[in-house]
Amino acid sequence: MKRYRVFDHTADMGIEIFGETQKALFIHAAFAVFDLMADLHSVQQKESHRISVEGADREDLLINYLREVLYLFNGKKLLLKRFSIDEIDDRHLTGDVQGEIFDPGRHLLKREIKAVTYHRAEVRETEHGWQGKVIFDV
Amino acid sequence: MSELKLQKMDENRWLIPAAGGMRVPGMVYSSERLMKEMGRDESPKQVANVAHLPGILKYSLAMPDMHWGYGFPIGGVAAFDLNDGVISPGGVGYDINCGCRLVATKLRVEDIRGRMEEIVTALYRDIPSGVGSRGPLKLSLSEEKKVLHDGSRWAVKAGFGTASDLDTTEDGGRMEGGDPDLVSQRALERGREQLGTLGSGNHFLEIEVVDEIFDEAIAAAFGLQKDQVAVMIHSGSRGLGYQVCDDYLARLVKLIPKLGFPLPDRQLACAFLDSREGKEYFAAMACAANYAWANRQVLMHWTREVFERTLRRSPADLGMRLVYDVCHNIAKFETLPLGGKQVKVCVHRKGATRSFPPGHPSLPDIYRTSGQPVLIPGDMGTGSYVLAGTEKAFQETFGSTCHGAGRVMSRSQAMKAGRGRSIRREMSDRGVIVMAAGRGTLSEEMPEAYKNIHEVVNVCHEAGISRKVARLKALGCIKG
Repeated sequence: MKRYRVFDHTADMGIEIFGETQKALFIHAAFAVFDLMADLHSVQQKESHRISVEGADREDLLINYLREVLYLFNGKKLLLKRFSIDEIDDRHLTGDVQGEIFDPGRHLLKREIKAVTYHRAEVRETEHGWQGKVIFDV
Repeated sequence: MSELKLQKMDENRWLIPAAGGMRVPGMVYSSERLMKEMGRDESPKQVANVAHLPGILKYSLAMPDMHWGYGFPIGGVAAFDLNDGVISPGGVGYDINCGCRLVATKLRVEDIRGRMEEIVTALYRDIPSGVGSRGPLKLSLSEEKKVLHDGSRWAVKAGFGTASDLDTTEDGGRMEGGDPDLVSQRALERGREQLGTLGSGNHFLEIEVVDEIFDEAIAAAFGLQKDQVAVMIHSGSRGLGYQVCDDYLARLVKLIPKLGFPLPDRQLACAFLDSREGKEYFAAMACAANYAWANRQVLMHWTREVFERTLRRSPADLGMRLVYDVCHNIAKFETLPLGGKQVKVCVHRKGATRSFPPGHPSLPDIYRTSGQPVLIPGDMGTGSYVLAGTEKAFQETFGSTCHGAGRVMSRSQAMKAGRGRSIRREMSDRGVIVMAAGRGTLSEEMPEAYKNIHEVVNVCHEAGISRKVARLKALGCIKG
């Protein structure tokens, strides 16, 4: 199954995310954030961070999760490539992220993602697994 | 895609009648041709969505560069009553006080012909740009808080520019009411290393030449002549501003159920202006606005230094004077004419520029008779426009006009269209030397990705919400 797909939005950039479970969907969305921002081939898993996020519902939880991983790049300069989630329901999740500190000499940044927006955000379970949609301000 | 019926009012205005939960009608400034492009996305629907917000006055407005945003459309303008109206982070955008400034020089185009490669390379080397770029300035926390409180005034005091730069900056480069204690640790952390950085995406620093004058008298008042070299700087509040927007959005989204009215889009999350949350967002937003002004002031200072070093000329000889600095993503308290009275309101401009008329007390003496300089950056390589503010904008559009060309192609469409092409060489063939930090930036920002700026500006001119003064052509450009 494809993890995510970029869709067109005039000024910004949207992704459709797929996963067999809600957990997989969330992990794929976090991966998409970093896959869009950087070339992840050269990123190693040197550091690990624990993450715990809350939300009012599935969509809000996904947005807050993506906000949190995006902050780890913007605030802590961490390029992440591996994500795991231990526990998840519609309002909470806990998990780990792994990656390393951005090194301009070794890592290539492709674009900036300014923020994760609420506009048209969607998380739903379908016959074929889980699907989601998020629009980034880029 | 949009089901809304727009009624053509005249050549340049389209009405969206109030329907459903809309509290006021929408009004879109556009030509027939631009409307065809706009009709394809959902931006008219977004104009209607904004009209649902309480306390909105007169119209939910959109400028001719309108395009699909999230929450508010880009190019949206809305004013709110101070007593029962709201303030919305989505009505300002993530890049709080994104804006531009135009610096005129005493150079004529022949003075730098043949030197462009050298100047652009020096600018690219000395002005930090690109994704997450950090600058040589590392602010201590206390110094950063001064930036947030004092804006451009901090920059001038710290040696970046002169006091006269403040006279020709919107609001003197400082918004009142900023409270750095309401800016989160995360935002402060992101702001510490990014002051004096251009950023990425559509932000740029461009060397331009005045190519055409439309209004001799006003151009003279702005100090602009044909063939004169000028510099346009387009940047904002960087990561600090994005974080402020995001922090308050997260906080206000939680309060949506308590607002007491339905919101058509979570991204329109807002707070009443007289509520604690509304006041705190404003105070944090003002800090980000001040950071953006200080940022552009520092960028201009370094640009002056690059010109001095590269061309080996003295500051007096170069005469690099700030014509004006405008912000185009902001919420502000302004006193505007409404129903025959002067009323203080909260104006949101999300991708729209203030366009104040001749005689307005906020303008410096030199622009009292001309009106406010309005700076409209075009897409890469097309150059920019300088317009002047008008009484009609003051009366009709809460003193606002367009802010730029506005995208028509999404970034991925542009990347596709740019595949196999060297945009850099194409630009060079058109006489524009471009250097960009990001690999995809040049394709994403290619001229075809944007609306025709001439058409956008003509609509504003013909509708009377700003007046054409001069057109500048790009010579060289650095992008993030």
